[in-house]
Amino acid sequence: MSASQDRLGLGMRRRLAGFSRTLRDAGFSVGRSETGDAARVIASPLADRPERLRPALKALFASNRSEYERFDELFDAFWRGRGVKRAAAVTAFGAANRPRRFEAGPPGASAKGLTERAEAEAPGAPAAEGHGRERGASAQESLARKDFARLAAGPEREEALALAERLARAMRARVTRRERARRQGRRVDLRATLRRSVARGGQPIDLKFRRRKRKPLRIVALLDASGSMELYVPVFTRFLHALSQAFSQAEAYLFHTRLAHVSSALAERHPQRALDRLSLMAQGVGGGTRIGDCLADFNRSHAKRVLHGRACVMIFSDGYDTGAPERLAAEMHALRRRCRRIVWLNPLTGRAGFAPVARGMQAALPFVDLFAPAHDLKSLAELERYLARL
Amino acid sequence: MPSERIPRETIAARLAETGYVADRELATALWMMDYLKRPLLIEGEAGVGKTEVAKALALVHGAELIRMQCYEGLDANSALYEWNYQRQLIAIKAREGSGESPESIEARIFSEDYLLERPLLKAIRRQAPPVLLIDEVDRADEEFEAFLLELLSDFQITIPEFGTVSALSIPRVVLTSNGTRELSDALRRRCLYHYLDFPDVDREAAILRARQPGIDASFALSVARMVAGLRKEELRKTPGIAETLDWAATLAGLGVSDLSAEPEIVHATLLALLKTHEDRTRVTPEVTAQLAGRAA
Repeated sequence: MSASQDRLGLGMRRRLAGFSRTLRDAGFSVGRSETGDAARVIASPLADRPERLRPALKALFASNRSEYERFDELFDAFWRGRGVKRAAAVTAFGAANRPRRFEAGPPGASAKGLTERAEAEAPGAPAAEGHGRERGASAQESLARKDFARLAAGPEREEALALAERLARAMRARVTRRERARRQGRRVDLRATLRRSVARGGQPIDLKFRRRKRKPLRIVALLDASGSMELYVPVFTRFLHALSQAFSQAEAYLFHTRLAHVSSALAERHPQRALDRLSLMAQGVGGGTRIGDCLADFNRSHAKRVLHGRACVMIFSDGYDTGAPERLAAEMHALRRRCRRIVWLNPLTGRAGFAPVARGMQAALPFVDLFAPAHDLKSLAELERYLARL
Repeated sequence: MPSERIPRETIAARLAETGYVADRELATALWMMDYLKRPLLIEGEAGVGKTEVAKALALVHGAELIRMQCYEGLDANSALYEWNYQRQLIAIKAREGSGESPESIEARIFSEDYLLERPLLKAIRRQAPPVLLIDEVDRADEEFEAFLLELLSDFQITIPEFGTVSALSIPRVVLTSNGTRELSDALRRRCLYHYLDFPDVDREAAILRARQPGIDASFALSVARMVAGLRKEELRKTPGIAETLDWAATLAGLGVSDLSAEPEIVHATLLALLKTHEDRTRVTPEVTAQLAGRAA
């Protein structure tokens, strides 16, 4: 490899290194082996015709569709652009297209992040409601039953968030354990038994059984982040974060007037950083809701990839929809056919005298397998029992 | 391995001879596979002709095509090798009274005669480098992907009872993926990458002409335009190239040579393109007529 690199002039080698750097800035993962191979390609007869280099290097450097589609522009700007101006433009372009890397800087002033929302004191019904602060052995129990909307800022809220997180992690452990215990469908695997019998001189003494290999349960969460859900969003995002940490296959989406895929933000280990990234991705949170349109977007662009027969879709929403209920019903119907279960968690259900009268909720209910409250930690814990049965 | 290297132009020309109409980027990617000895990962929607690439590549090089279809639960045994247990057992029983020493029986039943080659082992035991197509690699489990990665870097397989089998020739490896699961970065980095999109109208017309000799050039163009128009509709299942070919053949068989002239037949034959009830009801006769009018 170094031999072919030597064949390149020093100037060319520097240019190539610069190009690799540009690509890295644009979020490509470029390693030494790629750069080495690129040098070989440039030194090859192919490079006699410069217009062939672009597709060649594209096949080499791109490793997914988004990189594949962005490559031409980066290439042209770097190799064909003249002067420093274009190069600067490339770097800027790269930075704008780099959502995957965590930026340490503060989020823009315009985007009032979820984080700040989480920090901010919950309006509505703060501590002034006047419930005593239970301490001691029963503190956790009472916390578990307290409506999220009534949690005041401060240590109590932090504790609730941490509990939500622990809950999600514990869920994973229990769901998996039960799955294993159920795996007792015993069928003799003739092929493997025969194979073993070779060691016993042809007597099938050791029987080998066949087990069903199961796809792990995949949780796909859709979180309504509209204005009416404001009080609940911080807790749910924290819960989702822990859930996606625990279930390796979890996918998460946020929606309000449009849908945002936020799994990559939640993949960040540290909860605070995850929330920071989330708030960057989900701009316009806190406005109206168009559940039907967002579900349509999900069904069209994401469902094929994300859903399979062992997927459980969890929708966190109060069901207040500004769109047409017919559309929501149609999309729920389409969604129903693609996954195993739909769970709708409605934080309002826990309130005394609640009936699901919201038009959107009415339209969606026929397609929902489990309609459950999600206003306190106890109700979230109930979920575990349900998931374990799937 | 000093296998003769075919220039890029020749690859493109030979691809065209085999009836595969490739764009410039794909021809370059195929050339680079040879030059850098790296596998090629092709992604794209269902029906854009990913598998066809491997078939065409085998024709171009005059090589054998070994295909491995991935599925969930695919394990090393069905991908690599298996012993022929039934034959082994018979061999043991048959020699029981013959006084042959256990060692020699053992050596016999673990010899090549009793080894069943599966695609991956087959691919590395050929004298002439074959084309190995690993189809829909995203359907296999993650563990299998890791195993594949090892094979693709070493090209040797260890069979405990038999020894290590090194590659006689390095196969040309084409992997395809539909994106039902995100592939690992490690696998992506080992491979060259090509994203195959639906062909543009001109290329699809060229494909029609290549695959159905005798088709009228302007008719091929209007068929391609019509299908391109359909792909822009919001369909549950977008028609692929194979479906376009089917449809064109159907129309030719019915003697249709002008799409806008016979809207009823055109609409009735759309079942070659639209494969779900929802899509069928969405594309009403009026929509068909409109699309056909624009395409003709």
